[in-house]
Order: sequence, then structure tokens, then C-alpha cells
Amino acid sequence: MHEKLPLIIRSIAAWAAALLVFFPLGWLVLTAFKTELQAISVPPLLTFPPTLENFSLVQERSDYLLYAKNSLITSLVSTLLGLAIAAPAAYSMAFFKTKRTRDILMWMLSTKMMPAVGALLPVYVLAQSAGMLDSLTALVIVFTLSNLPIMVWMLYSSFKEIPKEILEAAQMDGANVWTEFRNVVLPLSIGGFASTALLCLVMSWNEAFWSLNLTAAKAGTLAALIASYSSPEGLFWAKLSAASLMAIAPIVVFGWFSQKQLVQGLTFGAVK
Amino acid sequence: MKGLFEVESKFPLANEYTNAMSRVLPRVLLAPAVVTLFLWMIVPLVMTIYFSVVSYNLMQPGEHEFIGLENIEYFVTDPDFWPAIVNTLVLLGSVIAITVVLGVGLALLVNEPFPGRGIVRVLLISPFFVMATVNALLWKHMMMNPIYGVLAQVWIFFGQQPVDWLTYHPLLAVIIMVAWQWLPFACLIFITSLQSLDREQMEAARMDGANALQRFSYLVLPHLGRAIAVVIMIEMIFLMSVFAEIFTTTGGGPGNDSTNVAFLIFKQALMNFDVGVASAGALFAVVLANIAAIFLIRMIGKNLD
Amino acid sequence: MKLKISLALALGFAGGLAQAAAELVIATVNNGHMITMQKMTKHFEQANPDIKVKWVTLEEGVLRQRVTTDIATKGGQFDVMTIGMYETPIWGKKGWLKEIATDATYDADDLLPAMRNGLSLDGKLYAAPFYGESSMLMYRKDLADKAGIKVSDTPTWPEIKELASKIHDPKNGVYGICLRGKPGWGDNMAFLTTLVNTFGGQWFDMKWKPQLQTKPWKDAITFYVDLLKNYGPPGSSANSFNEILALYNEGKCGMWIDATIAASFITDPKQSKVADKVAFAQAPTMVTPKGANWLWAWALAIPAGTKNADAAQKFIAWSTSKDYIKLVAKEEGWNAVPTGTRKSTYANADFVKAARFADAEKKAIDTANPNDSTLPKSPYVGVQFAAIPEFQAIGIAVGQQMSAALAGKTSIDAALKASQKAADREMRKAKYYK
Repeated sequence: MHEKLPLIIRSIAAWAAALLVFFPLGWLVLTAFKTELQAISVPPLLTFPPTLENFSLVQERSDYLLYAKNSLITSLVSTLLGLAIAAPAAYSMAFFKTKRTRDILMWMLSTKMMPAVGALLPVYVLAQSAGMLDSLTALVIVFTLSNLPIMVWMLYSSFKEIPKEILEAAQMDGANVWTEFRNVVLPLSIGGFASTALLCLVMSWNEAFWSLNLTAAKAGTLAALIASYSSPEGLFWAKLSAASLMAIAPIVVFGWFSQKQLVQGLTFGAVK
Repeated sequence: MKGLFEVESKFPLANEYTNAMSRVLPRVLLAPAVVTLFLWMIVPLVMTIYFSVVSYNLMQPGEHEFIGLENIEYFVTDPDFWPAIVNTLVLLGSVIAITVVLGVGLALLVNEPFPGRGIVRVLLISPFFVMATVNALLWKHMMMNPIYGVLAQVWIFFGQQPVDWLTYHPLLAVIIMVAWQWLPFACLIFITSLQSLDREQMEAARMDGANALQRFSYLVLPHLGRAIAVVIMIEMIFLMSVFAEIFTTTGGGPGNDSTNVAFLIFKQALMNFDVGVASAGALFAVVLANIAAIFLIRMIGKNLD
Repeated sequence: MKLKISLALALGFAGGLAQAAAELVIATVNNGHMITMQKMTKHFEQANPDIKVKWVTLEEGVLRQRVTTDIATKGGQFDVMTIGMYETPIWGKKGWLKEIATDATYDADDLLPAMRNGLSLDGKLYAAPFYGESSMLMYRKDLADKAGIKVSDTPTWPEIKELASKIHDPKNGVYGICLRGKPGWGDNMAFLTTLVNTFGGQWFDMKWKPQLQTKPWKDAITFYVDLLKNYGPPGSSANSFNEILALYNEGKCGMWIDATIAASFITDPKQSKVADKVAFAQAPTMVTPKGANWLWAWALAIPAGTKNADAAQKFIAWSTSKDYIKLVAKEEGWNAVPTGTRKSTYANADFVKAARFADAEKKAIDTANPNDSTLPKSPYVGVQFAAIPEFQAIGIAVGQQMSAALAGKTSIDAALKASQKAADREMRKAKYYK
């Protein structure tokens, strides 16, 4: 769209915007390598001798691997489970539209509208009576169901992007639903699937409210790791930065690798 | 016109089968999602409704006597009630506006290739990876503190007095934090949506003499319509219950400047341990959210189809 | 025959051990001393091979919510809970806690009386203090000397105001006095309650009616707002302990009145730029010394529904014993031991040498009495809080109003009026009076 604008200007603008957006996070990364004293210095330090003491402290103080493993399991399973349930639903709503489609979509959203803090007690009591307190199962269920409406919406939206002509062409050739899905819809909406999966993965990964309230010693996720670093009495800023870095590193790496998938697009030249 | 696929129907009955299936299939596909959501919604909802009409305080074990509308009355007569609603709506509206406008802009910026595009995309998405509490602490300590924060240094650099964000503009501070965290979400959806933009159409329009603004208004924006609707709907749900940021930074204050409905519920649920009033508050939040949603649907509804 | 018997005994012993293997889940707050306790756990496990300890560490607010939810719904998730002086009387009264068993080796009499009383009900100890604190004045001796002022050990608030005005020097980045302002019953209200106490006020009268519009409250809050507005740092209304600690360590605060544990941080050269320039005094007073300095302890308690009561008792006895303190001293140094709990700690010469603040801290703790902290008689226990379940919600509502008054967003009268209304609402709802 901006082909007329010189490449240079666009590049600079894009880079400037990206760096501005990234800046606070970048500052967090820097702070992870400072000592507590350096972290609070006025004016804030840009250059300083870096230290790894925070990371080793986090390592020896908390069971990082346990938390990471729990985060990984709960996020992955809930995302996959969610996709498995949401994709058919979104498919049906996108391609077999009925009068009630929009109502169902709205109703799915409204289920999420209750602030979690209000539903804490009912869910806690439910989990307790089912014996599922401090279990990964409970977390997976809660995450899946929390993200389900969003997954349905996003997949619905990306299915709707597929132009009718392609679908009609496939149908005219006698493709049944399954073939249609596999050969037409899926390849064309892989970007949508990938971004939905990534978003839900991140949301489950960062989910702190339920992770903290439904778990104790066994099923704690990385949210619990982070929570154990913001001390009410004592400087913790550098340590928290290091712990946060260790908590988000896996997901950022994943995001980096999957971002190609995210923007695998539709090329319409071939169609017409 | 030759079709894309050259599948030959070997079974004459297959078409009839397909037709029959196309009536039953949608419901079958839809069923698991609907059923699970229904259960997930109905059980806590019923429990919440029950709790909201009884007297139930965790700290006072005993009979849970029925007290009807007393809980909701107590919640609604809280002096912070109306300010909380206003704050909630302001927070909602501002964050949505910021993320949609900036999100579209950024997505357009990175739509065409340029050196380092991959890295820029990851950088733009990065704030979303940060946990809400860390996000709050990050902004409170590192950025906004009027003495040792980074923003203070920037202000001093330009010869101005640093702004005491959390004291004088608490709601704005919370809006900034939350918008920063949700901008990547909006960007991501818009980036993906732009990928399916019909380039041939754009080329044709350009060759017909349409300038950038016209191309944007008549081709890009309508195409993004659905994506924008999705972003607004989803953000609306999450922003209604923004809570961690407020709790960590301003504690709802000063006064009730940054108290929102979720924080009010928190006060009852986890400070007072009054499950009854908290449940009443939660129901109220749902009603408020539904009203806002209906209002929004009316505005952007056509874009959802 | 002997062989058979010893074999049988050995098997029986082993079987007994296997049966007794217990897993303790301990919920705790993430303060420095608790972190050290986690580090020392391996010693406990070595001495008690049949007990394995698992830790759940959370931030104070979340911890409190978590353990309260658990204990009130009998969730049974935790065997040992770290609670404070606020919860102990309330929960003890409800029968939610098991009594802490103490014997001669534990030497409960060695516990500082204030700590022991604050955690007991009817003479029964319901939570063993792990570390305790009061509040005191921590000031920059170098700045006071430069201003030519000698600070007495028991200063008054007018004296403090004068000192603040003399050392307030914002152009050179020094603010006269730093005090808490962030809304929260344990944040700004902890300090403000002690201020109100020493100005002769109270939270509730004997009929449980809130007293927030009385003269002591008005005087105290006016004094506070005036003091911070003129001699405090910007951003005070969002500052709590950690924010001020950061400022103090950077040398930006001339004075600070806050938890005694702060002393261990500001005198630590590894994290403080002014480690050797700090001096201590008792918390300032006004009309009465009662309630001028607060009392708080983080203590270990056993929920009544736990299945591992014996193991829990063992752990608590170990971690709050004299031997534990000696263990920490050996491994981390005397300046890292948990303080504010035992007389023997303060009698130890090495400790006193390593901790310059020991004297002031002990004096502060000894003079704090949760049963008698206000000039007019009060129906509640607690120095900087009222140990009733409604206090948390009241505290945060009032805290919000005080923060607004400090920020200049509302007048002090309006803030107090709104606070009174909020407190009255809650008390009425909880049926303290009609």
C-alpha cells in the first residue's frame, strides 16, 4: 500500500515504533543483569558491569524446572484441547451460518464477562469437592474453558476471510466437507490457526489468578515463580526481572520461531 | 471455469450423503464447544446467583440465610460504585481506542517487506508475553516513578518537571500499562488479517489513480472491519476485569480515581471475604458487560458477518 | 534368638519409619528471613528423615487471601501457614488453629512478651513467631549533624517536623522525611494508625462506632499531609515500604519511620549507599506514647484440619527455636538472623555487635502492647490495625481516602467524612451495631 513511500522511511518508522514498544521490556532485560543497588539507582543506569547473580539465585532458590514443566504442560494441553473443540465450532459457524449464529457467538463471549475474582469462591469450592485442588487437570480445564470463546471467535474470523469463490469452486468439484477443510480451508487459514494458538498459549502461560489460587506445592506454574519474587519488604527488583526473563524466555523463543507461520498468507494471484 | 481441484465423484450417492450431512454436520461440529461452555458457564453462574442471595461470609461460618437483594443493595450503595463504573468504561474505551488505532497503523507499517521485518514483528509482539503483575511493577518502578523512573529522566532531559503519574493521573497510568500490554494482540490480529488483503485489487485501484488515503478508506479499512470487530469484542471482555495492574500500583486510589468494578468486587471477595456481596457484584459486572456488548454489537455488528 | 528379635525390631522400626513419612506443605511470604528459612530446610530434613518439606512462597496480599480461603473452606492444602498478628487472634477465636506445643527446650518464656501476647489467646500460643518487628525512626545522622540538631531517643512529632524542615533539600535530591502513602490497610494505614494513636485517637470506641471524624484523627491527618507536602518526596501517595527503601538506599530520604526490619537493609553496604550514616530512635510521639510504634510478627501456625499435625509441630518448633537462630548465624552471619522474637537473641554479644539497630528495635518491641495501644479505651486488639475480620476492607477504603487527601485531590475533612461513612457501612453490615 505504501509502495510509493521510500523503503528507507518505512524501515525507520517501523524500527522506531518497534523499539519504542519494546523499550520497557528491554529495560527489564537490562535490569535482570544488575545488582539490586544498581537497579534502583538515580539516574537509571544504562551501562554497568553485568552480573549473573540474579539468575543463579533464582535457580537455587526455586524449582524453576518444575514450574516451567507445569506451565508448558498446562499451556500446551489447554491450547491443543481448545483448538480441537473450537475449530469445528468456528467452522460450522463460518460456513453453515444460521439465524442463531451471531447469538451463539455473543453468548460464548458473555460467559467470559464475569470477572475472575467474582467466580473464585464457586470454582474453588467445586475444585475442592472434586479433589482437584493443586492438580494440573484443574488448571488445564480452567485454561481451556477460559480461552475457548476467544479461540472460537478468532478462528471464525479467519475462516470468514476465505473468499467464497474458492470454496464454491471446491464444492463444485465435489469435494466433501473433510476434503474441503483439509485442502482448502486449512492451508489458507494456517495464519489464523497459528496466531490463535500463539495467543492462547501466551494467555495460559501468563495466567496468574487461577494458577495462584488453585495450586499449592505441586501444580504451581511460572506465575507462582514470579509471585514468589515480589517481596513486600525488601528490594527485589533485579531478582524479579531475572525471574521474569526466565519465565518468558521459552514463550518468546516459541513466538520467534512461529512468527513465520503467523503471516503465511493467501496469495490471490493464483486464484484468478 | 476450471475448478481448483480435480476431484471426481466416484460415488453417485456421495452427493446426496454430503447434502444430508450438511444439515446435521454443523450441529455436530458445534456441539462440543457449546456443551462444554454451557457447563462451564452454568455451574459457576448458578452458584454465584445462589451465593448472591444468601448471607455468606467466609469468616462467619454458620447458616447461610436467605437475604434476597440485600447483597446487591450493599454493593450498589457503595460510595465508590458510580465512580467505579465510570472508570471501568473509561478504561475500556481508551484502551480499545488506543490499541485499535495504533494496531492498525503498526500493522500497515509492517505489511510490506523491509529489512529486519521479522525482528520488528517479534519486538512489537513482545509486551504481550509479560505477566500482568510484572507489567504493573515494571511501569510503576522503572518507568513512572517520579524520582528514579525512566520517564522522569526523559522529562528532566527536556528540562521539565517529572510527572507524578500514579498520584495525579492514576487512571491514565493504568490505561497506559494496559494498552501497552494489549497493543501486540491487536497488531497480531491486524497483521494476520492484512495478509489476506487482495493485492490484485489494490494494484488495480492504484493504477486507476486512487491515492493512498482513498485506497485505505475504501479497500483496507472495510477489509479490516471484521478483524477490528473481533479485537474490540475480545478486549472488551478482558478489560472489564482488569485488576492486577490496579492492585499492584495504585491500590484503587488515590481516593477512587483508579477503582473499577473488578477492584470493588475484589474488596468484597478477598478483603472482606464476603462471598455474598462479591457474588452480587460479579453478577452486576456481567450485566454491565452484556449491556456494553449489546451497545457495541449494534455499532459494529455488520462487520461480524 | 537375639538375632530374631533384633531383626524383628529393625523391620518394625523401618516399617514404622515408612509409615511416618510425611510431606509438609508450608505456605509462606517471600520476605528475606523466610527465604533463608527455605535454605535451611535441608538441615531440618536431615534431622527428620521421615519428613519432606514443600514450600509455597507468595506475596503478602496473595498469601493472605490464599490461606484464608483455604482455612475457611477447610481446603486442607497447607500444613503450616505463615500468618501475622492480624489473623492469629481472629482465627484462634474461631478454633481454626491448633495450639502450638512448647516444651522446656523450646523455652516459650524466652519469647519477647509482646510477641507472645500478640500471638496468644487466653494464654494459649496459637502461632509461633518467626520474626517480629515494630516501627521506629531511622534518620541520617550526617544530615542531622550538619543541621546542628541532636535527635533524642524519644523524639516528639514537632521536633521531627523541625528537623525535616532543616534537612529538606530537594535541589540536591534530599527530602526531609519519607513516609508511606500507598492505599492499603497494611500500607499507609499501618503508619497512619500509629500516628492517630499517638495523637490520642482510636479506630472504634467501646460501642464499636468508628471515630474517624474526631479531633485526634483530624489533627493527625492534617499534620501528616502538611509534613509530606512540604518536606516529602514526590509520588508519596503511591509509596509503600519498598519504594521508600529504594529512595532511602539511594540517599534521598533524611528520615523514615517504618518497620524495624528496614534497618537491616539500610545498614547493608551491599544494597545501601548510606549504610554507615544511619542512626535510630524510637517512633515519635505526640500526646501519648501509647500505640506510637506498631507491633507485627510473621508467625507459623497449624490449621486445625491438617493431617500432619505432628510433623507440623516439629517443624515449627525447629524453625522458631534458639538453635535455629544459631544455625542461621553460623551459615549467614549474625546480621541475617530473624529478629524480634527472643530475648536470648538480643542478649547475644555477637548479634548486638553485628546489628547496630538491635537496641532500638528491642526497645520498640517491648513498648508495643496490642492490648493497650490507645489513649481512650478500645474494644479491639492490635496496635496498627484492629483484629476484626472487617478491618481489611475498612482499612483499604480509608487508606484510599487518606491517599487522596495526601495527593491534594480532596480536603482532609471530606476524606475523613468519606472514611467515616465507609467504616460505618461495613460495621453496620457486620452487625456490630444497628
